[in-house]
Amino acid sequence: MAEDKINNTKSDDIIADVTSGDYKYGFTTDIETEVIPIGLNEEVVRLISAKKEEPEWLLEFRLKAFRHWQTLKMPKWAHLNIPEIDYQAISYYAAPRKNAPKSLDEVDPELLKTFDKLGIPLEEQKALSGMAVDAVMDSVSVKTTFRETLAEKGIIFCSISEAVKSYPDLVKQYLGSVVSYADNFFAALNCAVFSDGSFVYIPKGVRCPMELSTYFRINAGKTGQFERTLIVADDDSYVSYLEGCTAPQRDENQLHAAIVEIVVMNNAEVKYSTVQNWYPGDKEGKGGIYNFVTKRALCKGDNSKVSWTQVETGSAITWKYPSCVLKGDNSIGEFYSVAVTNNYQQADTGTKMIHIGKNTRSRIVSKGISAGKSENSYRGLVKVMPGAENARNFSQCDSLLLNDHCGAHTFPYMDIQNPTAVVEHEATTSKINEDQLFYCNQRGISTEDAVGLIVNGYAREVINKLPMEFAVEAQKLLSVSLEGSVG
Amino acid sequence: MLEIKDLHATVAGKEILKGLTLTVRPGEVHAIMGPNGAGKSTLSSVLTGHPAYTVTSGSINFYGQDLLAMPPEDRARAGVFMSFQYPVEIPGVSMVNFMRAAVNEHRKYRGEEPISASEFLKLMRAKKDLLQLDNKLANRSVNEGFSGGEKKRNEIFQMAMLEPKLSILDETDSGLDIDALRVVANGVNTLKSKDNASIVITHYQRLLDYIVPDFVHVLYNGRIVKTGPKELALELEEKGYDWIKQEFGE
Repeated sequence: MAEDKINNTKSDDIIADVTSGDYKYGFTTDIETEVIPIGLNEEVVRLISAKKEEPEWLLEFRLKAFRHWQTLKMPKWAHLNIPEIDYQAISYYAAPRKNAPKSLDEVDPELLKTFDKLGIPLEEQKALSGMAVDAVMDSVSVKTTFRETLAEKGIIFCSISEAVKSYPDLVKQYLGSVVSYADNFFAALNCAVFSDGSFVYIPKGVRCPMELSTYFRINAGKTGQFERTLIVADDDSYVSYLEGCTAPQRDENQLHAAIVEIVVMNNAEVKYSTVQNWYPGDKEGKGGIYNFVTKRALCKGDNSKVSWTQVETGSAITWKYPSCVLKGDNSIGEFYSVAVTNNYQQADTGTKMIHIGKNTRSRIVSKGISAGKSENSYRGLVKVMPGAENARNFSQCDSLLLNDHCGAHTFPYMDIQNPTAVVEHEATTSKINEDQLFYCNQRGISTEDAVGLIVNGYAREVINKLPMEFAVEAQKLLSVSLEGSVG
Repeated sequence: MLEIKDLHATVAGKEILKGLTLTVRPGEVHAIMGPNGAGKSTLSSVLTGHPAYTVTSGSINFYGQDLLAMPPEDRARAGVFMSFQYPVEIPGVSMVNFMRAAVNEHRKYRGEEPISASEFLKLMRAKKDLLQLDNKLANRSVNEGFSGGEKKRNEIFQMAMLEPKLSILDETDSGLDIDALRVVANGVNTLKSKDNASIVITHYQRLLDYIVPDFVHVLYNGRIVKTGPKELALELEEKGYDWIKQEFGE
C-alpha cells in the first residue's frame, strides 16, 4: 500500500543516516617510516629476516613457507567476493624509523600521540590499571608496558621479534606447532613475511595478574600487515588476552593476514578477546582492510580451556575462523562472536571445534548483524573424532537483519565420528522489529538510539564475555558502526 | 491541553477515523468506549505517531504545539505517554538501561542535565514499589518473560517514571485479573494530579470502577457519537453497543 511505502522509506532514511556513522580512527600519523620496495620474492623474505637479525632456522622456516605459498591459490570457498589481489604490488615491511626504544623517552613523540589518540596510553602511570599493552605500528612493536611487573612472576610478554632473540628455544618449540605453514594460503604467506606481534608465556601455576593486550595499528600506505601472535599457557596457569586494531582511512585496500597460535597445557585457561575495528571502507565500498586471519588454539593438556570472544565491526572483507583443537581429555573450547557488517562490508566468519580427547566440550554463540548492502556469513565446523568419547557441542547462530538489502547466511558443518557425541545446533534469523523501535520512540528514545539499544541487547550474551573496559568500548562501537541502519 | 479537531486517519489505505473531535483539559480523565473496530486503538496510535497510520485531515494541538508535525519521540518527550495494549519484548536490554535512556531523553528535551546513577536507582525503587513489581525488575530485559499482568504493571511503572502530562491507557484492563487491575488502577490514581490528564481506552466498564472518568465518550465508526458523565459507562455495560449501532449505523 502507498502509505506503507512512504513510511518504510522514512524509516529507511533514518536507518541509512544512522548506519552512516563516520570512522573515527581514520587519521594518518605523519612519521618517518622505512618501507621496503613493493613486491614479493625470496630476496624480500631474506631482507625481512635480515632486518630483524633473525637466526638461520627462522629464515629457513620463512623460505619453506614462501616456497609452499607459491604453489597455492587463494581459497575461493568462502561466501565472499574478493577482488583480485596483486601480491607484487604490496610492500611487505614498514617500520617507524626509530627502532626498538629502550625506554619511553626514546619513543617518537608522534607515536605516543598516535596511541594516545586511539585511547591506548603507553605511559605506565597513565595506563589503565590492570592492563599491560604491546603496541604494534605497521610491522614493528613500538612499546610493551608493565614488563618488569610481569617478569617478577616469570611471565614473558614482549614482541615476537624480541622473543626470537631472548627466548629462542620457546619460540622454536611452539612457532608453527598449532598453525602449520602449510595450513592455508594466508597462513603460508604470513609464515613467509610475518613482521611483528606479541609473544606471551605464562609459567606453571601462575595466574596472570593483569589483562595482556596488543594493539595493532596500520599506518603506512600500500603496505600489508602480517602479525604473528604466540601464546603459551603452561600447566595450571591463566591469562586473559585482548587484541584491538584500527587503521587510517585510505582509498586503496590494504591486506592484513595474521596468525594467532595458542597452546594450553594441563588445567590451564586462556581467554582471548578481540575487538576488530580495522577501517571498513567508505559508504560506497571504496577502500578498507582485507582481514584474512588464521587463529587457532590447541588445548594440549587435560582439563584445559580456551575461550575466543570477538566483536568484529571493521574491515572491508573478513575471513576468519578462530578455532579450538580439543586434544586433552575434558578440555573445553568456547567461541563467542558478534560480527557487524554495514554498507558494502563482507564477512565470512565462524569457528572450528575439533574434538579429539574424551569428554571434550565446546560451545559456539554467534550473533551476526547485517545492515546496508553487506553480506554476513557464519561458517562453522564441529568435528568429533573417533576417540572423542562423550564429546558435547552446543551451537547457537543468530542473524539480525536491519533492512532488505543485506544478506545473512549460515553454513554449519558437522562431522561426527563417535556415536556417544551429543551435538546441538540452534539458529534464528530475524529482522529488527518496527514495533520495538516504536516502543522505544514512544518512551522518548530516537530511532538511532533505539537501534543501538536493541542491537546491544541482542549481542549482550557475547559482550558480557568481554573484560569490563573492552565491553564498554564494544558497546559504543556497535552503536557507532550501525548509526542510521534500520529498515 | 489537547485539542483534536475533525481528525481523519487511515491505515493500510482504509479510513478508520472519520472526523473525530475531542478536547481534554488538565486534571481530567476521559474514557473512550466503543465496539471492536470503532477506531479506539487507531486514536491512540495516531496520537503517539505510529508510522503505520496516516492522518489525511484534521489537527491535533497539544499545549499550543502541532502534535502531528512532531516525530513520535518528541511527542513522548513533550509529555504524551501511551500504556501499550501489547507491550513488546526487547531481549537483552535491561529495564534499568532502557528507563535511564528514556528518562534522560525527557530531561534533555527540557534542558536538564542527565540524572545521576544513584538518584536514578532511588527513583526506580520508589516507583517500582508503587506497582508492586519485584526487586529483580531493574536487571530483567524489557518485558521479556513477563506475565500479562506484569507487562501492564510495567507500563504504568514507566508512566510513573516519566511523569507525562497526558497518559493514554490503551485497553490496559485487557488480560488482567481483578488483583492486577486494582494494582494498575491504584498506580494510575496515585499519579493523577490537577496538572495531568488521562485518556482511558477500554471495551468494558470494569476498569472505570477503579479509574473514575469525568467524561465517557462513545466512539463508533471513527467518530465520537455520544458523550456523557461516568454513568454512561454503566448504561453501555447494561445495554451493550447494539443500540448505538442502530442509532448511528449507516
